[in-house]
Amino acid sequence: MKKNILGILGLLIAIFVITAVLNPKFISAYNMQNLVKWSSLYAIMGVGVAFVIITGGIDLSIGSVIGLTASLLAFTLSKNWDPAVAICAMLGLSALIGLVHGLLVTKAKLQPFVVTLCGLLIYRGMARWVTDNQSMGFKGHDQLNEIFSGKIPITDTFALPMPFVFLVVIAVAAALFLNRTIWGRYLLALGNNEEGARYSGIQTDNLKIAAYVICSLLAGISGLLFAFELDSVQPAQTGEFYELYAIAAAVLGGCSLRGGEGGILGVIIAAAVIRLIYNSINMLGISTHLEYAILGIVILAGVVADELIKRYTAKRAAAKQR
Amino acid sequence: MAPLTPLLRVHELGKQFPGVRALHNVNLTIACGEVLAVIGENGAGKSTLMKILAGVQPADTGEIFIDGEPIQFQSVREALAQGVALIHQELNLAANLDLAANIFLGREPHQCGFIDQAKLHAEAAQHLKRVGLDLPSDTLVGDLPIGLQQLVEIAKALSCEARVLIMDEPTSSLSQHETETLFEVVRDLRAQGISVIYISHRLSEVKELADRVIVLRDGENAGELSREEINHDAMVRLMVGRDLSQFYDRKQHDPGDIVLELEEVRTPEHPHCAISMQLRAGEIVGLAGLVGSGRTELLQTIFGVTPSVGGNMNLAGEPFAPQNPREAIRAGLALAPEDRKQHGLILQMAVRENASLASLGRDHKNGLLNFEAEETVATEAVEQLAIKTPSLDQATVHLSGGNQQKVVLGKWLALKPRVLLLDEPTRGIDVGAKREMYRLMEQLAADGVAILFVSSELEEVLGMADRAFVMHEGRLAGELPRDQLSEEAVMQLATGTPLAA
Ligand SMILES: Nc1ncnc2c1ncn2[C@@H]1O[C@H](COP(=O)(O)OP(=O)(O)OP(=O)(O)O)[C@@H](O)[C@H]1O
Ligand SMILES: [Mg+2]
Repeated sequence: MKKNILGILGLLIAIFVITAVLNPKFISAYNMQNLVKWSSLYAIMGVGVAFVIITGGIDLSIGSVIGLTASLLAFTLSKNWDPAVAICAMLGLSALIGLVHGLLVTKAKLQPFVVTLCGLLIYRGMARWVTDNQSMGFKGHDQLNEIFSGKIPITDTFALPMPFVFLVVIAVAAALFLNRTIWGRYLLALGNNEEGARYSGIQTDNLKIAAYVICSLLAGISGLLFAFELDSVQPAQTGEFYELYAIAAAVLGGCSLRGGEGGILGVIIAAAVIRLIYNSINMLGISTHLEYAILGIVILAGVVADELIKRYTAKRAAAKQR
Repeated sequence: MAPLTPLLRVHELGKQFPGVRALHNVNLTIACGEVLAVIGENGAGKSTLMKILAGVQPADTGEIFIDGEPIQFQSVREALAQGVALIHQELNLAANLDLAANIFLGREPHQCGFIDQAKLHAEAAQHLKRVGLDLPSDTLVGDLPIGLQQLVEIAKALSCEARVLIMDEPTSSLSQHETETLFEVVRDLRAQGISVIYISHRLSEVKELADRVIVLRDGENAGELSREEINHDAMVRLMVGRDLSQFYDRKQHDPGDIVLELEEVRTPEHPHCAISMQLRAGEIVGLAGLVGSGRTELLQTIFGVTPSVGGNMNLAGEPFAPQNPREAIRAGLALAPEDRKQHGLILQMAVRENASLASLGRDHKNGLLNFEAEETVATEAVEQLAIKTPSLDQATVHLSGGNQQKVVLGKWLALKPRVLLLDEPTRGIDVGAKREMYRLMEQLAADGVAILFVSSELEEVLGMADRAFVMHEGRLAGELPRDQLSEEAVMQLATGTPLAA
């Protein structure tokens, strides 16, 4: 159960260096700031789905939950809800969505793929219906804007974006939970062998439900962050396909879709890699039509390389003993 | 009468795993129509040797000869083509297919891609007959008990024209009767000139069946016994390197108060059978019966895995109705389950993590893992049960079967339970560890723990139990106090014959 993050870290550094050499503008403070911001946004989603993937499940509804919370936030604010109430309502709603997913998966014994696929459709539809599919902005909510998409100045030109601050808090909490608490251990155990975990006195259903709640809640928080980052919300589009980036980050970061395996740091680095690829494509003047293809190839290569490294180290360990 | 060139010869075989020298210069020969038993302590390298012979994994050094020709297997398929077949302990049959389809899976006789059903069933019937299976070839495999499924596996191997049949602990989940059937089949095969390599920790079976015994210790040849030399003590001496005296060290117990009481408890599996029994502190109670008689289900119901569907339980006078294992554990129960791979262990996790898994809930500090307590629990388990592992961080999937079983036991002993439920506790563990297990049970009982253990080894029930319950088709067929415990009495009850007054 070793977390092998060296491979993915190497990939990050390699792409970073190559891009920086080929286009010096890449390391400008402005670009770095953007890169950190978007990587953080992706990483928050990735950390969430990592919990579900560790239980052996999947969550396809992340993008729609992001769309729903972003749209409803704009909608409720436009109806003059108190901002604090609106934010709490969005967080409550996303947690509730996770709870429903968890209950359907554990108690009704439905497959996570099916449950969350339906969720993907339902929440997107709700977002469009409630808002009448109108684009909305956040004029006059400077304070909220400051919290969710403000900046903490570090140097004259570089400032840390708020999403990064959110990520740090979330990542530290998630890593502590997974590696230092008994529930984190239980989660890994049940992902490997659910029956075995149950025989050891672990409340497997409750833990799985918790994983879905964490995932949807983090998706909801991402929704709020994205809303202010983008400054306007399109109910039909905001967050679309984001679940795929989240899942890709989790898998590239070392989570096994079979369950029982994964770490937080790997997921964060992988999210940064995905965002970095986008940025590099732009910086290097490669046709943006190739974006998806390159992304797919790099993720595939990353997963293959990871597997090869694993085998190689296992072999070397065996040879050393001889 | 052995032919000059043995059918199969293994020369100086070696195999290394990270941190473990599994095999070192191992030699072995087997002649046509010989039954060779391979015995040794847990982790001695028996399964590894067999996996190499069957092409599951490659050897590092050494050679294998068949009919005097050196050969190299890269895969199970190649080994099969040379006539070497391994019957896995975890059977590899497709439960949703019938016997014929299973026997010829992947090798169906066909015409233009269409399966030739008539030929398939005709040929399958022949192979079934060779293993004494008198069943229509369109019976679904899933409908057969495990013992018969094993015979299907053998039929499958024979259909590949296997000349050497390797069986790794084939009897560990079979009933007495099924074991006898298997032995008859093996003797039949021997008469047909087929060689059988047979691994078992049940020395009485080895004595009954084997023509020759070879013993492995720590991955090396430790000796060989010919037919006349095979006896219990000689085998133990070669395996352990010394004599083991006093196998069952039973003292007389003065049972204390009633700890656990079952009143007409019904398990979901057998809802029509009401079961009542009492367990006292410091008592070792056996639960005997045939495989499938509902013993495991009863333990699972007591432990809350499958909550009862009727009746009452009392634990130390308090009503007790666990809805899940956690409640049972909190009330002071522990269950070491029968199936170590599915229920006992988290295979991908380390020895340390497995040993501590059940006691984390007790040892934590505000939900944080307590690494010191974890280390203590794991170290104690390894020392107390002599678990053979290169380190506490070894994933349990890489341990030998017997050592896996010991990790499961260690996990539950760490809880220091009031009531200990053991389901086939000594399955697959070697003689030394068995004796240690019995000593532990004895000691726990002396400390006031109530122990209820399921065992299919009659000898063990007779040796260890203060009294025994016998189950038959889901109901409690009877109770035998120690002075009435005998093989005949247990078997009578287990097969549903009422005891003669
Ligand atoms: N894949 C593996 N990786 C690492 N170690 C292994 C692996 N397979 C086996 N071993 C080790 O090799 C040794 C021999 O194991 P093997 O399974 O052959 O023992 P065995 O004689 O069959 O024992 P048992 O009676 O308990 O089944 C053990 O110490 C085991 O831990
Ligand atoms: Mg073995």
